[in-house]
Amino acid sequence: MAKLKDLAAMEDRLVAGHGMCLGCGIPLIFRIVLRATEDPLIIANATGCLEVCTTIFPRTSWNVTWIHSAFENAASTIAGVESMYKALKNKGRIPEDKKIKFLGVGGDGGTYDIGLQALSGAMERGHDIVYVCYDNNAYANTGGQRSSATPLGASATTSPEGTQSPGKLQRKKDLTKILVAHNIPYVAQASPNRWQDLYKKAQKAFETEGPAFLNVLCFCPTEWKYDESQGIRLAQTALDTCVWPLYEVENGKYKINYIPKEKKPVLEWIKPQGRFRHLFKEENAWVLEEYQKQVDEDWEELNKLAKL
Amino acid sequence: MSTLKTLNGNQAIAEAVRQIDPDVMAAYPITPSTAIVETIAKFKADGLITGEFVCPESEHSAMSVCIGASSAGGRVMTATASQGLALMWEMLYIAAGLRLPIVAAIVNRSLSAPINIHGDHSDTMGARDSGWIQIYSENCQEAYDNFIQAFRIGEDLKVRTPVFVGLDGFIISHSLEVIQVEDDAKVKKFVGEYKSVYPLLDTSRKMTVGPIDFTDYYFEHKRNQMEGIENAPPVIEAVGKEFGQKFGREYGFFEEYRMDDAELCIVVMSSAAGTCKDAVDELRSDGKRIGLLKPRIFRPFPHEKIAEALKKMKAIAVLDRSSSPGAFGAPLFTEVRSALYDYAERPHIVNYVYGLGGRDIKVEHFKEVALKLEKIAETGKVEEIYGYINLRE
Repeated sequence: MAKLKDLAAMEDRLVAGHGMCLGCGIPLIFRIVLRATEDPLIIANATGCLEVCTTIFPRTSWNVTWIHSAFENAASTIAGVESMYKALKNKGRIPEDKKIKFLGVGGDGGTYDIGLQALSGAMERGHDIVYVCYDNNAYANTGGQRSSATPLGASATTSPEGTQSPGKLQRKKDLTKILVAHNIPYVAQASPNRWQDLYKKAQKAFETEGPAFLNVLCFCPTEWKYDESQGIRLAQTALDTCVWPLYEVENGKYKINYIPKEKKPVLEWIKPQGRFRHLFKEENAWVLEEYQKQVDEDWEELNKLAKL
Repeated sequence: MSTLKTLNGNQAIAEAVRQIDPDVMAAYPITPSTAIVETIAKFKADGLITGEFVCPESEHSAMSVCIGASSAGGRVMTATASQGLALMWEMLYIAAGLRLPIVAAIVNRSLSAPINIHGDHSDTMGARDSGWIQIYSENCQEAYDNFIQAFRIGEDLKVRTPVFVGLDGFIISHSLEVIQVEDDAKVKKFVGEYKSVYPLLDTSRKMTVGPIDFTDYYFEHKRNQMEGIENAPPVIEAVGKEFGQKFGREYGFFEEYRMDDAELCIVVMSSAAGTCKDAVDELRSDGKRIGLLKPRIFRPFPHEKIAEALKKMKAIAVLDRSSSPGAFGAPLFTEVRSALYDYAERPHIVNYVYGLGGRDIKVEHFKEVALKLEKIAETGKVEEIYGYINLRE
């Protein structure tokens, strides 16, 4: 088990000076993930908060080799880098023992939505890459538009609440399940409040031969509208309500990594967040019920899969 | 040893790929370029090439893989056509902006709608401002020769710009021709070793590639990018000459056919130029002083050289195999006409769009154009600046 003291002593690969919001979950996630390998690393980053806030020319926060090409193609870009690595090794232009890890990263916009096809293609082709999605439930970089990761009932700028609407009318897409359906060696969900779990999963992902995928819940005070000092607590609530279960699927075998002692009502997750405030209007009560029902069903299904 | 082989355009490109053996080849099959991708896949399956062949789930990803691979530090190629190139469009600009010398064989095909699989230049002309060098081929031999030269041109350290090599869909891609295939080792030697510039795989040097530029830097970086393609002409010239010395077929920016004492000229690119040569021969035997100018390099457009070659003509017809709806003439025409503007005495110059969606253009059509040019030269009057050939209206 890694000790926090030892991890803290490691060189940062994402360094200070970036422009991410106060209380943002992204830098926390990546400072943990990037410590999970000591091998040389190349990152392809989809357009989004992480990319924009870390690389305003001529400054960079990346103390590691990093490339951005577009929004929807971090997976195919890193697949290209990995293919060249394989080619040059095969041709003897890179020493046989030279190890490099390849990481694609994107938010839920670049991963659940516009980049889903490229991600699916890269995973299916079996490139030796890791892909990490930081899921902050919205297109946060551009001011909080809905994504397919935005939860039911959340108000986003393109699914706003109003007199005729309770916010987003659709449930959140289950991307992790889609990745499991690719039958790749390693898929996991994680959250930065359980840093040991995230660190271990990132380590496993980097050690996996072939494609690995991590979906990490990323709290976003700007778009979720809560007190920015409370991100870690809110993430814990996501776990305790089973809104965001921690689990991993290793070679097809499910394992739940966190089971709350007492499963809390979804309401506890909803209450602190301004994006759900309108759900407490009388006419929107059905959304709260529906949200709870969906979370219960998903949790039950996951437990069944883990017992198989 | 140089040998004669009967190959179609797609096979000719694939043969050049086998000889060059690029480090990464990433392509998605699309008619009429599919056979290039299939043949490369088979070469790989049979161990005839050592590079990585990647078959992504779309052309957008194919170009993204090319961008990742080229940034990583090695030689990269792809092939596509039509909708495939259109789907790559976003990434074309990024390949050029990141100064990645990717070479793409484009089997020129019309764009939807209506859907049509046959040859015209709508695809590459639509991408003419993407920053790629554009080379067009008349036949299978030229497709093969141009493809080999493209790596030398694009990868030149002063250029570092991606390159399209166009060949007409079906008309060239699927037509068999006896071509001279050069010796494997000689082709490899001609293309040479790939020179990496800031390769990502050199992890001893940590780099941030593709950061965000705002109003304070974007303009200068775009200007730097333009310098690459502006540096291309002397390289194109030198590579074309060297190719001639090594293999006996020299290339320049364009080909002039029976232009020595010509007063009338047809400007047309790619496969139609072959038909035009027959028309010129027949017209010449009738005593007409007509010639052909066949542009080979469309980007960077050799405006000075083309203007110099055309300035003494009495009348010129530029034939475009694409249209530019709402513009004052189709793409090749606007370039040629603009190139001639600085001359005090300018030839009359008209534009005809032909062959959209693979519509045939025959010797008789070129003769009709010649008749119109004769009339313009005689009367000094241009009745229509812009028209169509072989179109029912």
